Amino acid sequence: MADPTAFLTLRRATPDRVAVEERVRNWGEFYRPVAESSVKTQAARCMDCGVPFCQGDTGCPVHNIIPEWNGLVQRGEWREALDSLHATNNFPELTGRLCPAPCESACVLGIVNEPVAIRHIEQTIADRGFAEGWIVPRPPRRATGFSVAVVGSGPAGLAAAQQLRRLGHDVVVFEKNERAGGLLRYGIPEFKLEKSVLDLRLDQLGAEGVQFRSGIDVGEDVTVEELRAEFDAVCIATGAGAARDLSVPGRELGGIHLAMDFLTAQNRRLEAGSPLDTIEEARDRRVLIIGGGDTGSDCAGTCVRQGALSVRQFELLPQPPGRRADSTPWPLWPMQMRTSHAHEEGCDREWSVATTAFSGENGRVKRIHAVRLERRALADGRAEFVPMPGTEFELEADVVLLAMGFTGPVKSRLLVDLHVALDPRGAIATDEAHRTSVPGIFAAGDAKRGASLIVWAIREGRDAAESIDKWLRAEAR
Amino acid sequence: MTEKQGLYDPAYEHDACGIGFVAHIHGVRSRDVVEKSLELLRNLTHRSAVAADACTGDGAGILLQIPHLFLRRVCSPVGIALPDAGSYGVGMVLLPSRPADRAACERVVESIVADEGCSALGWRDVPVEDDVLSAATRRGRPTMRQIFVARMGVSRDVDPSYSFEVALYVIRRRIETALREIPSGHNCYLASFSSRTVVYKGMLRPDQLMPFYTDLSEPDLTSAIALVHSRFSTNTFPSWRLAHPYRFLCHNGEINTLRGNLTWMRVREGIMSSSRFGKRLAEMLPVCGENQSDSASLDNALELLTLAGRPLAHAMAMLVPEAWEGHGTMSAERKAFYEYHASVMEPWDGPAAVAFTDGRQVAAMLDRNGLRPARYVVTADDFVVLSSEAGALDIPVANIRAKGRLEPGKMLVVNTTQGRILDDEAIKTELASVRPYRRWVAEQRIDLETLVADRNAAIQGEGAALETDRADSEHSMPLMARQQIFGYTADELKMVLGPMAEAGEEPAGSMGNDTPLAVLSRRPQLLSSYFRQMFAQVTNPAIDPIREQLVMSLAMNLGPQHNLLEETAEHAKQIRIAQPVLSEHEIDALRGVTDPVLRAVTLRALFPVMDADSVNVAGGSVERGVALDVALQALCRKASEAVAAGCGVLILSDRGIGPDQAPIPSPLAVSAVHHHLIREGLRWRVSLVAESGEAREVSHIALLLAYGASAVHPYVALETVAALARPEAAGDKPHGTAAKERYVKALGKGLLKIMSKMGISTLQSYCGAQLWEAVGLNSTLIDRHFTGTPSRVGGIGMELIAEETLRRHGSAFEVATDVPRLEAGGEYQYRAQGEHHNWNPMTIAKLQHATRGDSYTTFKEFSKLANDETRDQSTLRGLLDFVEREPIPLDQVEPASAITRRFCTGAMSFGSLSAEAHETLAIAMNRLGGRSNSGEGGEDPARFGTERNSAIKQVASARFGVTAEYIVSADELQIKISQGAKPGEGGQLPGHKVDAVIARIRHSTAGVTLISPPPHHDIYSIEDLAQLIYDLKAIAPKAAVSVKLVSEAGVGTIAAGVAKARADLILISGDSGGTGASPLSSIMRAGSPWELGLAETQQTLVINGLRGRVRLQTDGQLKTGRDVVVAAMLGADEFGFATAPLIVEGCVIMRKCHLNTCPVGIATQDPELRARFAGQPEHVVNYFFFIAEEVREIMARLGVRTLDALIGRTDMLRAIPSSEHAKSGTLDLSALLHLAVPAVRTRPDRVTRHHVRLRLNNSEEEGGLNSLLLERAEPALDRGEQVKQSVLITNSDRAVGATLSGEIARRYGNRGLPHDTITVRLTGSAGQSFGAFAAKGLTLDLEGEANDYIGKGLSGGKLIIRHPRTAQFIADQTVLVGNTALYGATSGEAYIAGVAGERFAVRNSGAIAVVEGVGDHGCEYMTGGTVVVLGRTGRNFAAGMSGGIAFVLDEFGELQQQCNSGMVELAPVTVSAERELLRRLVEQHARLTGSARAKRELGQWDRSVRHFVAVVPKEYRKALERQSDGAPASTGVRRGLFMGEARHG
Repeated sequence: MADPTAFLTLRRATPDRVAVEERVRNWGEFYRPVAESSVKTQAARCMDCGVPFCQGDTGCPVHNIIPEWNGLVQRGEWREALDSLHATNNFPELTGRLCPAPCESACVLGIVNEPVAIRHIEQTIADRGFAEGWIVPRPPRRATGFSVAVVGSGPAGLAAAQQLRRLGHDVVVFEKNERAGGLLRYGIPEFKLEKSVLDLRLDQLGAEGVQFRSGIDVGEDVTVEELRAEFDAVCIATGAGAARDLSVPGRELGGIHLAMDFLTAQNRRLEAGSPLDTIEEARDRRVLIIGGGDTGSDCAGTCVRQGALSVRQFELLPQPPGRRADSTPWPLWPMQMRTSHAHEEGCDREWSVATTAFSGENGRVKRIHAVRLERRALADGRAEFVPMPGTEFELEADVVLLAMGFTGPVKSRLLVDLHVALDPRGAIATDEAHRTSVPGIFAAGDAKRGASLIVWAIREGRDAAESIDKWLRAEAR
Repeated sequence: MTEKQGLYDPAYEHDACGIGFVAHIHGVRSRDVVEKSLELLRNLTHRSAVAADACTGDGAGILLQIPHLFLRRVCSPVGIALPDAGSYGVGMVLLPSRPADRAACERVVESIVADEGCSALGWRDVPVEDDVLSAATRRGRPTMRQIFVARMGVSRDVDPSYSFEVALYVIRRRIETALREIPSGHNCYLASFSSRTVVYKGMLRPDQLMPFYTDLSEPDLTSAIALVHSRFSTNTFPSWRLAHPYRFLCHNGEINTLRGNLTWMRVREGIMSSSRFGKRLAEMLPVCGENQSDSASLDNALELLTLAGRPLAHAMAMLVPEAWEGHGTMSAERKAFYEYHASVMEPWDGPAAVAFTDGRQVAAMLDRNGLRPARYVVTADDFVVLSSEAGALDIPVANIRAKGRLEPGKMLVVNTTQGRILDDEAIKTELASVRPYRRWVAEQRIDLETLVADRNAAIQGEGAALETDRADSEHSMPLMARQQIFGYTADELKMVLGPMAEAGEEPAGSMGNDTPLAVLSRRPQLLSSYFRQMFAQVTNPAIDPIREQLVMSLAMNLGPQHNLLEETAEHAKQIRIAQPVLSEHEIDALRGVTDPVLRAVTLRALFPVMDADSVNVAGGSVERGVALDVALQALCRKASEAVAAGCGVLILSDRGIGPDQAPIPSPLAVSAVHHHLIREGLRWRVSLVAESGEAREVSHIALLLAYGASAVHPYVALETVAALARPEAAGDKPHGTAAKERYVKALGKGLLKIMSKMGISTLQSYCGAQLWEAVGLNSTLIDRHFTGTPSRVGGIGMELIAEETLRRHGSAFEVATDVPRLEAGGEYQYRAQGEHHNWNPMTIAKLQHATRGDSYTTFKEFSKLANDETRDQSTLRGLLDFVEREPIPLDQVEPASAITRRFCTGAMSFGSLSAEAHETLAIAMNRLGGRSNSGEGGEDPARFGTERNSAIKQVASARFGVTAEYIVSADELQIKISQGAKPGEGGQLPGHKVDAVIARIRHSTAGVTLISPPPHHDIYSIEDLAQLIYDLKAIAPKAAVSVKLVSEAGVGTIAAGVAKARADLILISGDSGGTGASPLSSIMRAGSPWELGLAETQQTLVINGLRGRVRLQTDGQLKTGRDVVVAAMLGADEFGFATAPLIVEGCVIMRKCHLNTCPVGIATQDPELRARFAGQPEHVVNYFFFIAEEVREIMARLGVRTLDALIGRTDMLRAIPSSEHAKSGTLDLSALLHLAVPAVRTRPDRVTRHHVRLRLNNSEEEGGLNSLLLERAEPALDRGEQVKQSVLITNSDRAVGATLSGEIARRYGNRGLPHDTITVRLTGSAGQSFGAFAAKGLTLDLEGEANDYIGKGLSGGKLIIRHPRTAQFIADQTVLVGNTALYGATSGEAYIAGVAGERFAVRNSGAIAVVEGVGDHGCEYMTGGTVVVLGRTGRNFAAGMSGGIAFVLDEFGELQQQCNSGMVELAPVTVSAERELLRRLVEQHARLTGSARAKRELGQWDRSVRHFVAVVPKEYRKALERQSDGAPASTGVRRGLFMGEARHG
């Protein structure tokens, strides 16, 4: 560390966003480029802690050695920084863009100041790696002769596939959609992740020898028996695609969609380069998004870009405090008010609102019926939220998007035929080594863990790969 | 002696003492000599100790010339007719008391006497008076008999008496050997066996010696020489034979390098021969007996060398050489004498004042450090009296011809046959001229430097590189792969190697070590990590290798050794290396040596890799262990073969590693070969050099040297350093060769530090001394390959060592194709993928959430996490569990408030902590009835008496802010001997951290660096510690005195000594704690876990019957109630916490304490950062009540109502075997859980296992001169009236003035009374610590002389000391006060009209002193005040002096040479204000003391003033210039320098 007191004088800075008027007119990423020196300055804010909470159990799930690459960036050793980052994280270009950065909320500097801009530094390292051509295929030195099927090509599946391949196994990734990438390709809006970035990484995997079989729904197109016959081990990484629905009167009306269907449609539209009409656009319509999370925010940004008349978002819980709530002290993930880019772009939020019914005309939704909630303490110290009498109200909307989270993996034919045990939440049950109840079948990512962060998916994929490798070697004896 | 049991081992016993001799210069025998020597001995009683029963002495004795007339008188009635004087020998034999055993032993003695052709004239019962003894001593008393041996048939020689002495020596050695063969033989001891001298000694107090041995009272028992000794042993089972004098010497001190010296002695026995002994020599080996004390071994060596023909002084000069290596003015001949002898023998290194005699000459000397006092007087009637203290023998002033003190490394010889006294110069000049040492060295000695230069020239000459011996396979291995094989981590590169190569220093860290012991770590550990450095505590001072570098040396000699008992030119034929870390060029040059005697042979320390893929296969590890073992045996065999074939150096190299070859861990390779060659008797023929890829840290190198390597070539580390510092990465930092040189320099500094903390000055003595303790290695391994190393809890052996090595090896050859990277490591900074840390994000967060939110539920989550972690993989206590018992309801357990009283926070200074953090802890601890600790940085007087007062005030080596008021404001005074993070080391607070407030509290100057010396300069020995305790009790009778030690093997025995020195509380600190900044290698590799140290201490104190006397406290990463209960069961009454309360205050273990950048405002003085401090006393209170509550829950579960009932109850603990952790499963904790019982049980039904007596009986301190002074001063104390009194004083009146000063400070604080309110005129010889802590208003005016430590902690008082008016000697050239005067003085004045000893005004921070000459190290570490020296200074003047000013009258222009100019500059006294001040002080001195010297200088002042030199610290001058705010610099200097200091009279 060049200057141990740099953190006192240097201020946190993250890249500027392109002005709202400009950015909503196109679908691309919207951060302005930043000078190399400025990123170095940000890295110099790192205190190189004795106990870096950013990389421990309170911080980064893949245990990125953040202080190390901060130090390298500060000294301009970008390539070494990339090596350090890749040692723990297969896809820093994804987490650098998409991660909510629990590392930053655990950053020690955050106790007394603003945390280090870790995520941005990470993204810069990764992007520079691609730009400089440092990210090259690293095929295994020798083959083991084992073959592994990875079902699902989201972040967990891809991480598992890359790790397994580098250990010398033959790896085939199955994807039911026409192109690999899973949630990354179809769930994340283009303005958060330009698909060209994903394609660069997929090219690397392909060059390392990972085989992709897209458009194949395992369980349907390939039977479980066939799968087991062909492969020595299977890793299920099919995600947690079952969305939570809202069973209120009027749910069946047209214009009410699940958020992920809506987002996927937009991604396909961009991919095809032509409009698809499976789901209508929000253009010139009044949109209501139910659910205050990231998916809701993604929907909002998408709607704004599609040209919605208005975008409004309902959240069941009360508005969080402006700064870290006392109940979530550092270094915990803070409960606090977060404002995404979409909220800048024109999305109103309402808190403590429950939707009671939809009504409409001609089979299409026109009106939302809702009520405001209040907090009521329970005897055991917890609290519940109950409707406040007399606060019922109505709101007009033409499109309603349900972004209320996910309940777990879709109960596909694959899971049924494999006879893997599920846990009480409906996710695939595994032991610590990612082993399901069926020998040779492993699970990783949201399918096993429930809906979570991309960075957790990568961690799961890596861990599962390690377990599978150990298991294969042990089986061989 | 009590047997080894549990963790207690009698081998750790230490002793120290008072020594002395009385001799008549012309050898006239008299009764006077005997009686005076015994009187002298009695007056040194306070330097000895008594056991728990207050009656058993530690040992006393006397050595006399054979009193022929007396013996002839007493022998004739028992039928022994003695021949002429000198033609018979007297054996003083201590025999077993059982008649049958006694007879058996006597038969042995008689038969060997006869067998040697002498005749046993008969036995005489030595009459003794048993009533004198304590009951315990009486029970074990041997029977004393003298045997008389007449010479017969001994061949006539040039010196017949010599040959008879040799004959008697041979007889005695044979008897000793024969006695070992019979069962009762070990109870028989020959105290002396000589035709010249006889020794009377025993387990006695000094005052018991004469009444016990009635011979000594007989009027016709006379002698011209009498050597006496009184002993202070750390144990209470001193045996009769351990009393001094031995046959030739008595010794005050400790040989730190004993193990090495004994080893090398054994090694040299292989080539010993002497014409005097002829073939008999073999029967006399080993030279040094087994299981005896260091002094006894030194005596054996001296005896051998002397009887083999070297003069007495010669033998001692080679055993304990003075510091010659860096000496500026020593003659070339004398240096050559020492250099030559460095080839012959390594120094017996350690503090030593030795008095020795062969019955004709009597002599004394000090070791190079001179840390033991020795004063002498030559009388007008031709006696010489030498003693540890001046005034121990009352000699009329008129009879004193001269007085003096022994100086470091100097010797004094009285030759009674020639009737002359020889001073050091005369002795050494003579020794150096006996043989052509200078020519021998010049012709024979080869310097490695020369070899390198020759080789470079040769290479250039031939224009091609000479092929070096390097294995091919490794050329193909990239550096990274080799680093992986040797287990290098990213952490090490970043935190250790990089900084060393950049700064040339060892890096510092902070916040202790919370990683697992090596044997509990799940990561493969280097074998080095299983070893812990030992360090000196209490009995033996650490050295400051930086400020006192003049005594240190890293030089080594390579090549074979020669016959110790002869002197030839060939002895010098060795290769000399300046320091032991060899570069590539150097080892290549070494390999190029062709001389058949010196040539080097390289042996490969490798073993075959077996099936790297089958790591998990059961049975594989056994095979791998066997493979390692086989390879090691082969290596040893090859070593023997190489030696047999002829070579002088064996290079043990792990070059040549590859996919199929793994390195034998280098400590194992070196130590195994070392011990193998010793066993084979071949070790003398070669030196070992380790070419090690593994060695990289200072501790790695030190370990290799300690186990027999003479040099190390750390080739992978050197390559690593060069690669790290490659030009493109390094920028402006040093690179390439420069980086390697800095790295080597850093290693050298680190080695000096490791040696010096053990009190060792020369690497030659450290080599082979094995001063390491193993934790986690099994006894099979230790006994065979690390013979003699303590390892007390068992652990891993060959198999797991091989396995760990192969795991590292395997990582270099993995299939994965990621960019190859070193493992994170995570030892120094937490890394999720690295080593485990107990303080990690989860535990830190939980603890903070619990205490801030006042949530016991969250605290339980924290404690569960912490306990699970400790159980899972990190600490010894984690492997222990409670033995379940019948529970009781929680409300029957004593309340939490009874438990929180036992809690303390650790010593963290204000200065290391911010005021906010420091005071928050104090407030919290005062609220909950516990105690906070000031640390060593003093305390703001505004806090005294308030809720912010620290109950514990620390007295550390720098004595910052230790004023009278500070001391009387404490409930407990803690003498910090060591601290867990860096035992045996000093510290340094850099100037930029010393702000105005810190400077005020520490009595120093803002911006000026503050140095804490490694040792307390008033604690060089156990009796010194007793003296400091005495001083503190004298000034603050109500405060408890505690002594802080750090856990290591042998700490229990030290603690027993501390208890006998009357401490009230002993703190055993673990190795793992430590919040301050320390060198990383000390944090990680020194000291042992508190569990071991605490249990050993508990066991030792119980065995000694001392446990009830003292409270026992422990600390070191305690976190939970479980930790507290385990600690109590292992023996602790009280519990210290430091890291955890800091975390409660907001600390997040940044480990940046040393950088002042603590982001949470705890370890910083930066106002901006301090503003962020968020800790609250309530949080800390919550934490301690949570712990107390958890303790109560465990107590209820175990059915125990009070904590007292748990203490020492190891029977309530059991070891829990670890199921799946292979390494921890090898541990054996039975020694830890040993339930000790007293060796002497007075009441068999009750064993005291915890502290019972509330206060120690202070009767010794009460009464006496201090009480008298206090009584008479009442009018002054009560009403401010002037009081004048006159008293007589002797050397047993100690710390005179301290009690009165304490009372002044209690009533009036540091402001004190007006000057001279109380004046005491004293006449006589003052005991130690005269005027200690003297407060303002008190004037002590002494006519006579004083001993060590006058004006210690002077707090405003005035001391006037002068020689008796009637003295015949030259006052200003004669020693008047002892060593270490004005240590830690903060204000006040001292006028000393005579010469002072070593370390005058050491750590003075504000006192004014005038003195007429000082010894070595004057004004050391001074930070303030003014010192005027009207005369000469010793060497190393002003070392580490960062503040204040000294004026030296430098008539002979020597000061430049004598001064350590590292921090100061010398200038003439030209500024008028300086001149004025100087003159005023000299006038004052003349007026108060009547000094003739001062008057003379004043009489010719204009001339004199030109001879004065001002010694001013550079940094200090700058700081004052800064403070002067633009005023002309010189004015500013003056104003600052003399600020408030010259207001008097």
